[in-house]
Amino acid sequence: MEHFLNLGIRSIFLENMALAYFLGMCSFLACSKKVETAIGLGVAVIFVQVLTVPLNNLLLRYLLGEGALSWVSPALKEVNLSFLSFILFIGTIAAATQVVEMAVDRYAPKLYATLGVFLPLIAVNCVILAGSLFMQERDYSFAESVVFGVGSGLGWAIAIIAMAAIREKLVYSNVPDGLRGLGITFITAGLMSLAFMMFSGIQL
Amino acid sequence: MNGIGLPLTKQDRATLLDPVIINNPIGVQVLGICSALAVTTRLDKALVMGIGVTLVTALANLAVSLVRNYTPGSIRIIVQLSIIASLVIVFDQVLKATLYELSLELSVFVGLIITNCIVMGRAEGFAMQNGPYRSLLDGIGNGLGYTLVLLLVALSRELLGAGKVFGFTVLPLTKDGGWYVANGLMLLAPSALFMIGLLIWALRVWKPQLQEKD
Amino acid sequence: MPKLDSTRYTIIFATAVCVVCALLVSVAAVSLQPRQAANARLYMEKNVLLAAGLAEPGQSLSEQQVRQIFDERIKVRLVDLATGELLPQGKIDERSYDQRKARSDPAASRVAPPNNAGIGRLPNYGIVYLVMKGSEVDQVVIPVEGLGMWGTIYGFLALAPDGNTVRGLTYYDQKETPGLGGEISNPQWLALWRGRKAFDDKWNVKISVIKGPAGPPETDPARVDGLSGATVTSNAVTRLMQFWLTDEGYGKFLRKFREGAMT
Repeated sequence: MEHFLNLGIRSIFLENMALAYFLGMCSFLACSKKVETAIGLGVAVIFVQVLTVPLNNLLLRYLLGEGALSWVSPALKEVNLSFLSFILFIGTIAAATQVVEMAVDRYAPKLYATLGVFLPLIAVNCVILAGSLFMQERDYSFAESVVFGVGSGLGWAIAIIAMAAIREKLVYSNVPDGLRGLGITFITAGLMSLAFMMFSGIQL
Repeated sequence: MNGIGLPLTKQDRATLLDPVIINNPIGVQVLGICSALAVTTRLDKALVMGIGVTLVTALANLAVSLVRNYTPGSIRIIVQLSIIASLVIVFDQVLKATLYELSLELSVFVGLIITNCIVMGRAEGFAMQNGPYRSLLDGIGNGLGYTLVLLLVALSRELLGAGKVFGFTVLPLTKDGGWYVANGLMLLAPSALFMIGLLIWALRVWKPQLQEKD
Repeated sequence: MPKLDSTRYTIIFATAVCVVCALLVSVAAVSLQPRQAANARLYMEKNVLLAAGLAEPGQSLSEQQVRQIFDERIKVRLVDLATGELLPQGKIDERSYDQRKARSDPAASRVAPPNNAGIGRLPNYGIVYLVMKGSEVDQVVIPVEGLGMWGTIYGFLALAPDGNTVRGLTYYDQKETPGLGGEISNPQWLALWRGRKAFDDKWNVKISVIKGPAGPPETDPARVDGLSGATVTSNAVTRLMQFWLTDEGYGKFLRKFREGAMT
């Protein structure tokens, strides 16, 4: 239990996908103008992450890893298809994004309209693919994959909501012409990530 | 007519050269940021990443454009993704077989080229509507623009953070007995965000038409 | 031109794309695999030499040269990690033993005891490289690994015949942040480990990477300078080094080693 709590806290704060690893930057910068949009996108990302990381974990274990196909036939013990993991991960991610898109359309049509094109773009959000790649790299179990999926998605969501909150306030500031909009957002993101570095001293 | 000697019309030249500065993928289109931040601590890594993204974007654009008239609308995103993923895997495999030690350092980021918004953005935004030759040029142009920003950021970070350029000491560090007190902040990740922010500022002061209206 | 949106055509097109992509990827992977495996092996062996001080960082060695040095100076042996005993030479082919592969093979490994180095499975047999000077054992090189920030870190630790003094260290396979955690592969940082002691007087594992600078090896034998901006990686290094020095790793073997029970 403690191990999972540890993993959860690490993936939300200490190893924040957006502010420590700089993943998912494109939508992080583009969709953080309003808090409402940020919340919607953050929740969608959490859903897709929770769906894909454990699913990809199962696929790795029973399909692609070395010796994974031995449940089909012992003769296939030597087969190692892990070079296909990139493509398979992308496949599940695209499918999961499609499912989440349809669910949002059905149950929260207003959110669907607000998010517009950024919902399908979750499929190419680095955070999602990186989540699966980390899971593969760190050899997580199924339960750990679930916790990591929730944690990493939640961490990214917190980051983008915080950024949106700051940007909403920045509208009232006197930003130089060349920096307005994108430029000051980058600098803000840099300061936020400097702040998050304080977590790296924490030993759990 | 043009200095390169290739069969480039004026329009082609625009396709190739626009993305390098005026329509730079990182600075203007805001694409491809993720990897730009993490691999820019050293110039050699930035260069290899830049080459990788240029190759993948160019070839993916070419492939997507070649099949654009045959691709059913409902599966076009996944088809693009499959092409891009396959190209990235091949690049990764070739890298492992040739520049093995560098591939170890870049490993996770090579895989993330698949989700690099530039590749996907150009495939969907340009290659689906244009012919193969123009798409190839567009891919190369965007790749070059990306590489340019990466090299600029990496230059400032490696030079100011470690006193080196491509591993050669330019500013002797105090810890090696020299005079330059290394700016450790430059090696930390947030500095890449600051550098890109400053680059965008510089670009928008140079070309005021890029500034955002309130 | 067939109707683009018909279901039949969509399925045919999708299948065609799958087949072409799969072919492209598989041809690349399979044809380049031997080259990659050779690169990986050469790189690993070069790092054994680096840790033992038999090669200089930046020195480029051909496969032949590495093979030659191995044949002349190094005895590759396998150790039963549970008992610390050396396996009789040749019982399992040492030169082709792949510890990483064995680690994932359920028949050749076991689940690791709970640890904080992120190690899931332990191979039953671990490799050790005995570096000979003439007929005497001059150093022993053991592999170390553990979870870093971005992925697993792999390295080699070279110890003197007292089983305690560090002769050299390399981290040859890691995915840490370039310029920060990635600096664990920097020869200048690795040189700081030389002369330090892995254990204290009572043979407890003491060596660790601290935050900030440490003194010279004579006065500060169990601590190594931390890497600025790379706390996660530095802590991971401490944890993995300590794991492999305890009885769960090579601890039992090192005890026998320093007691001189080597053949």
